[in-house]
Amino acid sequence: MPADKGGNGAQSGIGAAVRRKEDFRFITGAGRYTDDITLPGQSYAYFLRSPYAHAQIAAIDIAAAEASPGVVAVFTGKDVAADGLGGLICGWMIHSKDGSEMRTGAHPVLALDRVRYVGDHVAVVIAESLAEAKAGAELIDVDYEEYDAVVGVEAALAENAPQLHDEVPGNLCFAWELGDKAATEAAFDRAARRVTLTFANNRLIPNAMEPRAAIGDYDRGTGDYTLYTTSQNPHVARLVLSAFVGVAPEHKLRVIAPDVGGGFGSKIFIYAEETVCVWAAAKLRRPVKWTAERNESFLSDAHGRDHVSHAELALDADGRMLGLRVHTRANLGAYLSTFASSVPTYLYGTLLSGQYDIPAIYVEVDGVFTHTAPVDAYRGAGRPEATYLVERIVETAARELDMDPVEFRRRNFIREFPHQTPVIMNYDIGDYDASLNEACRLVDYAGFADRRAASEARGRKRGIGFSAYIEACGIAPSQAVGSLGAGVGLWESAEVRVNPTGSVEVLTGSHSHGQGHETTFAQLVSDQLGIPIENVEVVHGDTDKVQFGMGTYGSRSGAVGMSAIQLALDKVIAKGRRIAAHLLEAGEEDITFDGGSFQVAGTDRAVPFADLALQAYTGHGFPTNEIEPGLKESAFYDPVNFTFPAGCHIAEVEIDPETGVTHIENFVAVDDFGTIINPMIVAGQVHGGVAQGIGQAMLENCAYDPESGQLLSGSFMDYCMPRADDLPEFVVGMTETPCTTNPLGIKGCGEAGAIGAPAAIVNAVTDALGIRDIAMPVTPERVWRAINS
Amino acid sequence: MPTVTMTVNGKQRSAEAETRTLLVSFLREQLGLTGTHVGCDTSQCGACVVHVDGVAVKSCTLLAVQADGAEVTTIEGLAKGRELHPIQAAFKEHHGLQCGFCTPGMIMTAVDMLRRIPEPDEPTIRAELEGNFCRCTGYHNIVKAIKAASEAM
Ligand code: FES
Ligand code: FES
Repeated sequence: MPADKGGNGAQSGIGAAVRRKEDFRFITGAGRYTDDITLPGQSYAYFLRSPYAHAQIAAIDIAAAEASPGVVAVFTGKDVAADGLGGLICGWMIHSKDGSEMRTGAHPVLALDRVRYVGDHVAVVIAESLAEAKAGAELIDVDYEEYDAVVGVEAALAENAPQLHDEVPGNLCFAWELGDKAATEAAFDRAARRVTLTFANNRLIPNAMEPRAAIGDYDRGTGDYTLYTTSQNPHVARLVLSAFVGVAPEHKLRVIAPDVGGGFGSKIFIYAEETVCVWAAAKLRRPVKWTAERNESFLSDAHGRDHVSHAELALDADGRMLGLRVHTRANLGAYLSTFASSVPTYLYGTLLSGQYDIPAIYVEVDGVFTHTAPVDAYRGAGRPEATYLVERIVETAARELDMDPVEFRRRNFIREFPHQTPVIMNYDIGDYDASLNEACRLVDYAGFADRRAASEARGRKRGIGFSAYIEACGIAPSQAVGSLGAGVGLWESAEVRVNPTGSVEVLTGSHSHGQGHETTFAQLVSDQLGIPIENVEVVHGDTDKVQFGMGTYGSRSGAVGMSAIQLALDKVIAKGRRIAAHLLEAGEEDITFDGGSFQVAGTDRAVPFADLALQAYTGHGFPTNEIEPGLKESAFYDPVNFTFPAGCHIAEVEIDPETGVTHIENFVAVDDFGTIINPMIVAGQVHGGVAQGIGQAMLENCAYDPESGQLLSGSFMDYCMPRADDLPEFVVGMTETPCTTNPLGIKGCGEAGAIGAPAAIVNAVTDALGIRDIAMPVTPERVWRAINS
Repeated sequence: MPTVTMTVNGKQRSAEAETRTLLVSFLREQLGLTGTHVGCDTSQCGACVVHVDGVAVKSCTLLAVQADGAEVTTIEGLAKGRELHPIQAAFKEHHGLQCGFCTPGMIMTAVDMLRRIPEPDEPTIRAELEGNFCRCTGYHNIVKAIKAASEAM
């Protein structure tokens, strides 16, 4: 951790639970989300979506819709194609075992001749009002020829299964592998014991509370395009829309992501709707606005998870892990979403070593197309799936060995760092005993047997479940991900602008949609420059203001985004010292910066930061032919490694055998996120992540009808979102081993909860019931059936 | 189109509204009060909660014409200038919000809750929040904030 140069540490610097700067506008109703924006002359878009999972479009008759009152225009895929727009893209190339490139079909912005999932985009109606757009859409006559559909991976891979794309025989996008197959086989050959488990990782719908929205605008005088959109990464949206889809030249397209009401991954991707809004705005010479209704969110936001996996663990006679072998089938949906191919491969297979010293690992993943909404990153993205697999099989192994699950984990923990796993990752640092021990202390593991006995006496079943997760964050070293197929670099940029009065603007490529960057980033600046936090403004979410940025996902804003800010701050301080040396007539090497003041070491000659900033802009006190005037620096930070947040979650549950209802008695999360800037915000991230993890484990499930491909869980009445009384009060603890590979030691905290929690819950429920496995979500019905079967 | 008149945040406001216009659309689109949000189409998320004649209602379940003549308070009307309502202050103090999208509805629900139940315990607060979703906070700090506000008020 850098020294507390500014001397503001206690109140507002690194490590202080500073109350959030952004809160005022949100608690007073003054937030400005995309749908809150109304542009003069704005029109409204409504998308006609496919009611079928799989159909040929024989003809579309739009004449009646065009004549409908208030309708401005009706566009179909033909219009998009006629304007030469490309399709939506996937930015990560995966190679199959045989070296061939992944196979994929075109992903048109609006369907051309075939629709491939319920909710696929068929046409757009743009009208003076939303009601008129909807009324117009009802008059579009689409002649569909309905085909058979497949929704599950097994069905999609079956012989004679309905085919999604002509370019993808057998619906197999890729058959990927990672690890040393022969070494893993050898490990299994010499194993004293093997443990196997086959299970699914249930499909989820992200459901950020703010639905996706977009407003396209076009200035015919300048030829400038503006897109307001609910994005976690506006620059990436601009890049994709200009370079690949071809909606507008990059330098003429401004993308603004104003206040965004949660993302959890679902707002990373570039979707059809915002593409159409910006394209149509230019065609119609007026703003076009679209806001998803919740049913559209269910149908068309990229979904998460959806794996079926078979896992085998090889153990020696002493309960030491020798090898892990995994075969996963990942449902990709109907088209490849923006980062879809990376999620079940490099964000998943690379984490299968967990916190354990496993000498040999081999994983195969088949990426499979189905007639369902595209699947892409959702909070944790691949890492929850990996953790679930590892921690379920580890717990199962401990039970089969008749070993205490804590002891079994301890026996296999990695303790020497750096540690090279057999699946690419090189863990720089961690202390897995520390988080496990702290979690056991907080849950009072020693007292569990008594609590279990007390539950039994009341006719209840009590169980405890552990999940010692690891994840890879700080995404990502550009060279490394480039060699693995990424189409972009994953650095981050920042600019620190010191104003003549000494106040500071920080322009960051990270995007805050709940993470509190306006506070934490300001804390860093306040800490480093020794200025009050009120004098720091964090600017993000506008491609015209911020030079470039890769955005916020994968818990990267602290580890990568703040590292970029730190580099820019270092440059500001370095220049400040040069200026101070002149102002104070001393050698540069004698200038220290401490407590917000540049000082000649060992003297009382000093210049406060704000005075120096003014001098930098007047240029009166130093030779401007030697030192440029002004005080503004930018930096790009490219990480040298991933970061490896890790921790231990423990769930303790009590089950009522009469009803099958599971009650969470205790949920403890102990996490090692490295350096913590604001513990209040970090704990909040843990709470939210754990809630989503518990949601996956106990409540949430995206279901499609296997025959028709209709979405069965298409509203909040059918998709069980966690409510306040579904969740317990969480116990959050922290341990700290600062990351060794970035300047601040930050590892990232945004996803850990969603990664660690599901296995803890299912391990607890299976422990309570004394069964080997139970499918997520662990509903009362499933529990009741397990008890009564 | 009928003209709808209501007292919103203490001021009389009139605007034309189609009979099918929901109160939430009237507030957001006609009156420009965008602090009240729309998070669903099935009246389940609570992002749209406002007070009509002093009682919390989901403004997506009410037509604007039904609120004709009513006293409506939205999130914009809760603070007095920069002086926050104690529940607003508690949400900030206890980090009861992240993205802020559910927050107006949460706060308006909480105000009504504490009017009816001045000293709720934690299970009561959780049960009372059954009509409000938050996807960010896991509710932990929302519950804490409401509890703290009840103690402060
Ligand atoms: S908008 Fe969801 S309940 Fe009103
Ligand atoms: S703070 Fe984001 S939904 Fe509640």
